[in-house]
Amino acid sequence: MGSRASTLLREEEIEEIKKETGFSHSQITRLYSRFTSLDKGENGTLSREDFQRIPELAINPLGDRIINAFFPEGEDQVNFRGFMRTLAHFRPIEDNEKNKNAAASEPLNSRTNKLLFAFRLYDLDRDDKISRDELLQVLRMMVGVNISDEQLGSIADRTIQEADTNGDNSISFNEFIKVLEKVDVEQKMSIRFLH
Amino acid sequence: MTWLHFLSVSITVWLTLLFVFTIVPAVLGVSIGIRRLYLTTLLKIFEWATLRMEMEAKEKNQQLYKPYSSGIIVKEPPLSLQQGIQELRGSASCLHSEPEFEMADIFYFCRRGVESIVDDEVTKRFSAQELETWNLLTRSHYNFRHISLRLTVLWGLGVLIRYGILLPLRVTLAATGISLILVLTTLVGFLPSRELRFFLTEKVHVMCYRICVRSLTAMITYHNRENKPKNGGICVANHTTPIDVIILANDGCYSLIGQAHRGLLGMVQRAMVKSSPHIWFDRSEVKDRHLVAKRLSDHVADKTKQPILIFPEGTCINNTSVMMFKKGSFEIGCTVYPVAIKYDPLFGDAFWNSSKFGMVNYLLRMMSSWAIVCSVWYLPPMNREEGEDAVQFANRVKAAIAAQGGLVDLIWDGGLKRAKVKDAFKEEQQKLYSKVLVGEQEQGDNKSSEENPEEDKSYHGSANGQ
Repeated sequence: MGSRASTLLREEEIEEIKKETGFSHSQITRLYSRFTSLDKGENGTLSREDFQRIPELAINPLGDRIINAFFPEGEDQVNFRGFMRTLAHFRPIEDNEKNKNAAASEPLNSRTNKLLFAFRLYDLDRDDKISRDELLQVLRMMVGVNISDEQLGSIADRTIQEADTNGDNSISFNEFIKVLEKVDVEQKMSIRFLH
Repeated sequence: MTWLHFLSVSITVWLTLLFVFTIVPAVLGVSIGIRRLYLTTLLKIFEWATLRMEMEAKEKNQQLYKPYSSGIIVKEPPLSLQQGIQELRGSASCLHSEPEFEMADIFYFCRRGVESIVDDEVTKRFSAQELETWNLLTRSHYNFRHISLRLTVLWGLGVLIRYGILLPLRVTLAATGISLILVLTTLVGFLPSRELRFFLTEKVHVMCYRICVRSLTAMITYHNRENKPKNGGICVANHTTPIDVIILANDGCYSLIGQAHRGLLGMVQRAMVKSSPHIWFDRSEVKDRHLVAKRLSDHVADKTKQPILIFPEGTCINNTSVMMFKKGSFEIGCTVYPVAIKYDPLFGDAFWNSSKFGMVNYLLRMMSSWAIVCSVWYLPPMNREEGEDAVQFANRVKAAIAAQGGLVDLIWDGGLKRAKVKDAFKEEQQKLYSKVLVGEQEQGDNKSSEENPEEDKSYHGSANGQ
């Protein structure tokens, strides 16, 4: 029901999340209500099944990769802080106040961090490189059974050829950034949260 | 004066009041107007309570939790997958014959995925709506910290009134209504003359349903009664709660269709059948679609029989949207009378969350709410048109009901409340993306787009021209 939402989330926690992610007070309480409505087990954490219960996510070809992005290495549960930290990547860059956290580390929704999020969707084994094999697997997820292995292989080869500059037959994060330098990442990887 | 004396006097007074103010008007079909007065007073109290909470919050310099009735995020107008990817790539060119993939394509799926995690169209339909104003019920409260002493007292008073006065009153009324149905329908069933039976059945039904309606303190407004369902047709409506049946049957006679239960409900069902033709199925027969269809068509073919009341969604939805209509009732080929029912959740949310509450728990909650307020619109009858199949007809009816009731029209199946979504939908998305990559000629089987037009639209949750 989500009705217990704002009572279980203490003010101090809201402040901490505000500092870390940049979301406003009302955005955090609303997202907490959403978090609790997804948490069918009512134990304060979300499991992969909780995400898969969302039909629109279940039919997304990359649904499993996106769900995976919420879970830290090797863990099966994500708490509200982790949930917010991942969602923070999708805040529009314009929402950052100019003088907020000037001395602090890069905000979670910077262009580089958005690109890193996308990079990690491709990088299945988290070794900071996208190998040909990984690219093939992700492509296979996106096209299903509709394209032959040979065609998919040649698509992968062409993509790596265009991106790879140091000849190691895989795409590093810097090469990834270079390939996407003309793309309006800020707009494409942002969700407009209501205030 | 002994306690016994006092008790008997108060019970007599109670019953007399009950009789005069509720049962007699119900039998005669007259409304005194007490309920309207009651509701206007309540509304004023709720608004005052919300104002006080806002003042409290301002004093403490905190913010009130505002429910996300307008959504958490701004959603872009839905585009097809092809348009979305093209927009991403920024090119106006058509699909190439050369396979073309760009690493940025992942952004499209990524954003759609995270948007659905934050706010999706389906999961929020299976839990009660959130309210803007607090209605003094704990069950719909989000701002515990901001209640002052005055409000707590008011709330306590509310609890006393609801559980001490309203609940016993309503339970008594409901018991009276149900026993009357049982007794009177059995008696009427014994009469020899068919016309007399029909005539009296109608009267008995309407009277009993009126008593039931008062037992819930339901305020129903019927619109466009000239479109009321006629014999030989099917009445379809959106489904929010089992009480929908009482709401509709209050204003007309319908034949119900459903599973034969045991226990008290079974007794009521058997009694009802004695005097009018309802359709009850055994558990085993329910799965047999042909049997169900046959019994339905037999019933509508007989013009003397009342219209059948069907809820094509198959499950209770929270009254903010209308979900997929099952095509079974639209295949029969008779006239369909659509009805839209919209509840106002402020005085009591009628939605039955069957995964959370059992029937008894639900009824208790209903009878301890302030009131059930709803509007019923009778829409003009619809028939299947030339060249339209059952599914398209069902969607047309659904769109009409959604438009009238101010509900969101969704293609998603209400069965998703419990079941997982079919893999075919994901495969449809993959097929569409493959088309973007390799162009049209690679897709040999053109039947993909005709076979499953729903799946493409379903991803966007609204009708979307291809």
